[in-house]
Amino acid sequence: MLGSAVIVFREVLEAALIIAIVLGASRGVAHRGRWVTGGITAGVLGACAVAVFAGAIANAVEGRGQELLNAGVLLTAVVMLGWHNVWMSSHGRKLAGEMKRLGQDVSVGVKPLSAMLAVTALAVLREGSETVLFLYGLAASGSGSAALVPGGLLGLAGGAIIGWMLYRGLLHIPLRHFFTVTGWIVLLLAAGLAANAANYLSQAGLLPTLYPQLWDTSDLLSQKSLAGQFFHVLVGYNDRPSAMQMIFYLATLTTIALLMRVAGGNSGATRKAAGGMS
Amino acid sequence: MNIKTPLFAVIALLLSQSALADTAEATLTIKNHRFSPAELSVPAGSKIKLTVNNQDATPEEFESHDLNREKVIPGSSKAIIWIGPLKPGSYAFVGEYHEATAKGRIIVK
Repeated sequence: MLGSAVIVFREVLEAALIIAIVLGASRGVAHRGRWVTGGITAGVLGACAVAVFAGAIANAVEGRGQELLNAGVLLTAVVMLGWHNVWMSSHGRKLAGEMKRLGQDVSVGVKPLSAMLAVTALAVLREGSETVLFLYGLAASGSGSAALVPGGLLGLAGGAIIGWMLYRGLLHIPLRHFFTVTGWIVLLLAAGLAANAANYLSQAGLLPTLYPQLWDTSDLLSQKSLAGQFFHVLVGYNDRPSAMQMIFYLATLTTIALLMRVAGGNSGATRKAAGGMS
Repeated sequence: MNIKTPLFAVIALLLSQSALADTAEATLTIKNHRFSPAELSVPAGSKIKLTVNNQDATPEEFESHDLNREKVIPGSSKAIIWIGPLKPGSYAFVGEYHEATAKGRIIVK
């Protein structure tokens, strides 16, 4: 039971942390809970579909289907996160002001909410499909399938608790700085996901690594550890990155920061925030 | 000539080097949630086309933190994973879904 709990926990954790960041970054937006729940539901359904067609996906595009799907999902999430940040740099200040004035959530329209839904759905889809496959494998082999449900639920609960703790932690940031901080986190998350995508393309033999290992800090902070995984999601930490991953990371960071600065335009507060990033 | 030229030259060199790296092939088989061979030797400095043949009916996830690679391999199927070029050394990998038995090393010489 513990074995399945640990694996489910590991898979759920990344999605849970991303959802916590999305919830934090969209603080004050009316109906965001409904949209995030919709994203989770879509993600779970998508994960089941990916698991069912795992064989067909793996064999597609000369055996590169799985990597291309993963890279595609990651890069779509990067675009959505970037778009969210660009939107926030032109609307964030107004949003924070209205939240303070009204003391309640603000309606923002469908576009920023659909980006949130997409990021949530993609995170759940990617991590969820591996969980479904793993649990299916255990159930099919009949080994310890009695412990499957409690183990899986335990792992799910563990991941959700850590995500919830991150969200609660984010809410402690004073409103004045809140969207600057979440903007930074979303920016680094997007850069980290882009670096992951680069790694999948290298694994598929479609992109050179240029240099397979820029550094090895796995002794210092292993990416396998809870803290390592935490920072992997939060800032894109990688204990053994390739040069190509670094290029994707920096290119994404620079591109989104520049777009934020352009979108921030005349708004003084956001210009200050974006200025610090470039 | 502008200031960017040396940068492009470096990138072009890196790209051509990795494109020119030799390609080697290697195969791992999974059966009864174990890898064979458990120690796989591959040459240093080559790109390696690693085929993992999962002969079990259940899916397995090939995972190696040393190699920065992970890939789900459905039951009774093969998967290709590109690795390298690598420096000499020992690189551990596991089958994440059956970590107790499914483990091995790639020895790069």
